[in-house]
Amino acid sequence: MKLKHEIFETNIGLLIIFTMIAISIGGLVEITPLFYINDTVEDVRRADGTQAVRPYTPLEQRGRDIYTREGCYNCHSQMIRPFRDEALRYGHYSLAAESQYDHPFQWGSKRTGPDLARVGGKYSDTWHVKHLVRPKSVVPESIMPNYPWLLENDLDYSDIQARMEALKKVGVPYSLTQEEYDSNVKQFGKAVADKLDITRADENLVSEAQDNNRDGIPSRITEMDALVAYLQMLGTLIDFKAHDEHEFIKAR
Amino acid sequence: MIEKDPITGVETTGHVWDDNIQEFHNPLPRWWLWTFYATVVFAIIYWVIYPSWPVGSTFIKGINTITYQTDAGEEVTSHWNTRALLARDMQTGKSAMAQKAYLNEIAATSYDDIAKDADKLAFVESYGNGVFGEYCAACHQSGAGGVVGEYPNLIDDDWLWGGAPHEIETTLKIGRIGFMPAYEETFNDAQLTQVANYVLSMSGEKSDPALAAAGEEIFHGQTGGCHYCHTNEGTGLKSQGAANLTDKIWTIADVRGAETDEQRLERVKSVIHNGVNRVMPAWSSRLSDTEIKVLTAYLLNKRAGGQ
Repeated sequence: MKLKHEIFETNIGLLIIFTMIAISIGGLVEITPLFYINDTVEDVRRADGTQAVRPYTPLEQRGRDIYTREGCYNCHSQMIRPFRDEALRYGHYSLAAESQYDHPFQWGSKRTGPDLARVGGKYSDTWHVKHLVRPKSVVPESIMPNYPWLLENDLDYSDIQARMEALKKVGVPYSLTQEEYDSNVKQFGKAVADKLDITRADENLVSEAQDNNRDGIPSRITEMDALVAYLQMLGTLIDFKAHDEHEFIKAR
Repeated sequence: MIEKDPITGVETTGHVWDDNIQEFHNPLPRWWLWTFYATVVFAIIYWVIYPSWPVGSTFIKGINTITYQTDAGEEVTSHWNTRALLARDMQTGKSAMAQKAYLNEIAATSYDDIAKDADKLAFVESYGNGVFGEYCAACHQSGAGGVVGEYPNLIDDDWLWGGAPHEIETTLKIGRIGFMPAYEETFNDAQLTQVANYVLSMSGEKSDPALAAAGEEIFHGQTGGCHYCHTNEGTGLKSQGAANLTDKIWTIADVRGAETDEQRLERVKSVIHNGVNRVMPAWSSRLSDTEIKVLTAYLLNKRAGGQ
């Protein structure tokens, strides 16, 4: 009996091409439409009409790079799912809007440690510093490793402008020209737009680190300053009390 | 033409390799094939009921709906989606309602009455344990005993910002910044020793009377100005979160844990030298007023010797 698939079984090139076509269908059908469906990313605004979710400041962005470098995502997710148990523990479910400037996103699904999507403001800076240096010093039952070098290493921000330009290429609205800056002022307000200005990235980073002195060492800007700045803003951009739940359901 | 293997009599696919290796044609078992067809039928039914295929800038929403309430109390019916499902679950779900009933009762009951009601107390213990574990234990430790010098002990009677129910509620809602200036540039070492001796003498710890007398002057004078927050009696202003220096409880300098008199003195000196800068986060944006009440009742119960 002759079967039609003999043509694939005897031709490795064709087999490869058709295998790839078959497995891409899943991805194409599930992912591509999200780029075209209008409601995928919610439009969340403050009372004054500016966008609630903004790109990261230079210091936060460096903190985020360190978060990725240290592999925090291996144990911590940043994605609160719309279930009651998660709402009770972590707070409001994550919106797509909240990770629109994440490259790469840190959603994850591995929760050896707790979800960090709304960890911002939950603990004091001092706590974070102690906890990152030696988690057991504040949470005796913790199994998280120590990251003492974060306090020892000075933050390397020599390439911060290049990093922001790279992110700009993939769609994060950091500004280089006056025109881009003006559009950011309109979109995010002046205070935020100033921080998104690539040409002022270095001074912004230094002043943010020095003003907050999150690592407790006023004379230095350490990697700890950056990482804690990032952790302390996670999930804090949207004031959910100012929004009706209905608004976010409509977006689905 | 159907070829058969001469030895077993099984149909073959007709493929022959290396002269005599043949591939048998064994069709899928019937039950497997029908299960496969059933999944196809299931998928089609699913497409009809739930959101599925993308169409241009929108998608097919499915015929299944969920009805929930907006904040204004208006009923809204939406196509099935997990966000609406959660809203409905939070508004009308069985365990959410049971929890809400308890929370409403707690909100309407005074702290004294909660403490007397075993049923409410059991709820406070259970719900409070979850909230405390999630938000408080990271600093105050799972037993609420705190860490001397870092995070206050919540099961003793010494509360820097006041331990009455309404004071605890306020602390939870607005957070606290515990601050004492560092005296490293104000006092020289001799003055530090004098003030530390005076502080030790106030609670009856071993101290040098002559040095303590000199320290007393600094404490109450312009040089130190310690009395502004710690008061003339040394009992501490609660509005500033200033420690009571006259009792035997040491919240920041670990005097109790010191082994020698020198160590005790050094520890007090070091607190005066370095100052204090501690932050307790505000919880009003994360916890509802009733949850804060549950947490307060939970702490009061812990302090009263509950579990």
